[in-house]
Amino acid sequence: MSDVKTIFGSLQSFHKGGVEVIDDDPRNYVFSNVFDVAAKAKAFERIAVGKNFEYVVECVRAEGTSPWYTCAHDEFALVLDGKVEIRLFKPDRALLAPDRSGAVALTERPTGRAMGRILAGRGHLALLPKNALYQFHAEAPSVMTIQTIQGPLTIERWAEICQTA
Amino acid sequence: MSAKPAITASEPDNYYGYRSFHIGGFAFRRDEYFVHVAWPKGNHTLSAEVFLRALQRDVAWNFFYGTVNFDGVFGTLNHYGTVDMFAGRFNDAYVKAGLDYSETFAAGPLMASFKTILDDWTNRGYDPFAAPEETARPYGRKNGENRAAIERLRVTAERMVGLPGDTPRRSDTNGYPVNRHFADVPQDEPEIHPEPGFEGEVSAFSLFAYLSRSDVTWNPSVCSVVKESLYCPTSEEFILPVEHGNDRVEWFMQLSDEIIWEVKHKDTGAPRARVVMKAGDICAMPADIRHQGFSAKRSMLLVWENNSAQIPDLIASGKAPVVPVRF
Ligand SMILES: [Fe+2]
Repeated sequence: MSDVKTIFGSLQSFHKGGVEVIDDDPRNYVFSNVFDVAAKAKAFERIAVGKNFEYVVECVRAEGTSPWYTCAHDEFALVLDGKVEIRLFKPDRALLAPDRSGAVALTERPTGRAMGRILAGRGHLALLPKNALYQFHAEAPSVMTIQTIQGPLTIERWAEICQTA
Repeated sequence: MSAKPAITASEPDNYYGYRSFHIGGFAFRRDEYFVHVAWPKGNHTLSAEVFLRALQRDVAWNFFYGTVNFDGVFGTLNHYGTVDMFAGRFNDAYVKAGLDYSETFAAGPLMASFKTILDDWTNRGYDPFAAPEETARPYGRKNGENRAAIERLRVTAERMVGLPGDTPRRSDTNGYPVNRHFADVPQDEPEIHPEPGFEGEVSAFSLFAYLSRSDVTWNPSVCSVVKESLYCPTSEEFILPVEHGNDRVEWFMQLSDEIIWEVKHKDTGAPRARVVMKAGDICAMPADIRHQGFSAKRSMLLVWENNSAQIPDLIASGKAPVVPVRF
């Protein structure tokens, strides 16, 4: 039997590393920790923890049931702690212009058909297909990241989440 | 650009058994322990292990993004179509002494040349992709070849691993057993409940299980794609074989365990920072640095790249900043 121990983080147990400066400014590294960000976040805030021009990685604390979202391009959710149910729904017609960037939250679900659902646990990467509707549900506080493009729901609070000194 | 044939090879050395090579103004030879590189203004020696591990990455990544420094002296700079091979170009002392040298080659012939050297100098049983604990040693006189290892294709999903027609997941049956350092990683897959007609679109897979079954180290592979945004996760153990000087910002999210990054100035090689990343940490590598990682235990790292072809010029011309965010 192997005695190897692989360390993953969680909301309950995470340890941050950091930037040890020799001749630099730690802000250049935009260093944060997704569990730390999620621990201080409200449910389903989509907080940017990575950004490269228009592209972002958002950190999400999943807790309870989210609004329905839609997006004109693919997105990918990676669960890093807990369990998240992803409900997928196909509207009768695409709701967003094809060149629209980022996810949009809906106040009500339009007509269409259920596509199915995914029960994703730690380490699972799920496709949020373009033009579908999706909704997250988590019984207990969970953490995920979303690979997407910056949109109206993306929150930037770098000075609060990143190492500055 | 060099109009000369990309490579000329000698007959095998009578004692060591390895061929020597000329590519443009550069000459390469190896003995039992070392690789010797010569250029019109200087000479440089690297261990065969450092050289082969770096050469393997440069080949597998098709010269990658920006600068691939084999060490503090020798490397390549990708211009996507042409490639500079250099010595001392990104080393303050060599530049000040006027000993730096660089030559531009068409990418295709240079790649073919690199593959020829990699093939001749990689012995039976040595896998330059593997962690040192998992492969034979690269040293000694010429002894066979290991084409199965060095000709592995880099995984590049079109949309996401596991989708119909896309890159398959890894399993025992398709030749990817769980790595010894990830023996404790759960292998459960997500529950997928598609409605009829949506079987191909309701899709998810265990990235952690997938990475626990990677047979290579330091080889970022595209697993999910949002336009130019590429998730390139990889499993890491021992030392990143190159000092990577990217021509754009890249991001790291540490998925498991710990990696220590040494960060130096991209042009001069002067030390700038040491970055310790533990599970859940996410940070950017600025576009004006070079980085080399150290992973004591095999770890899972998500490398996140913006593949846009416009970025290198925007950054080189100063139109885009070398950091992704200012706050
Ligand atoms: Fe890199």
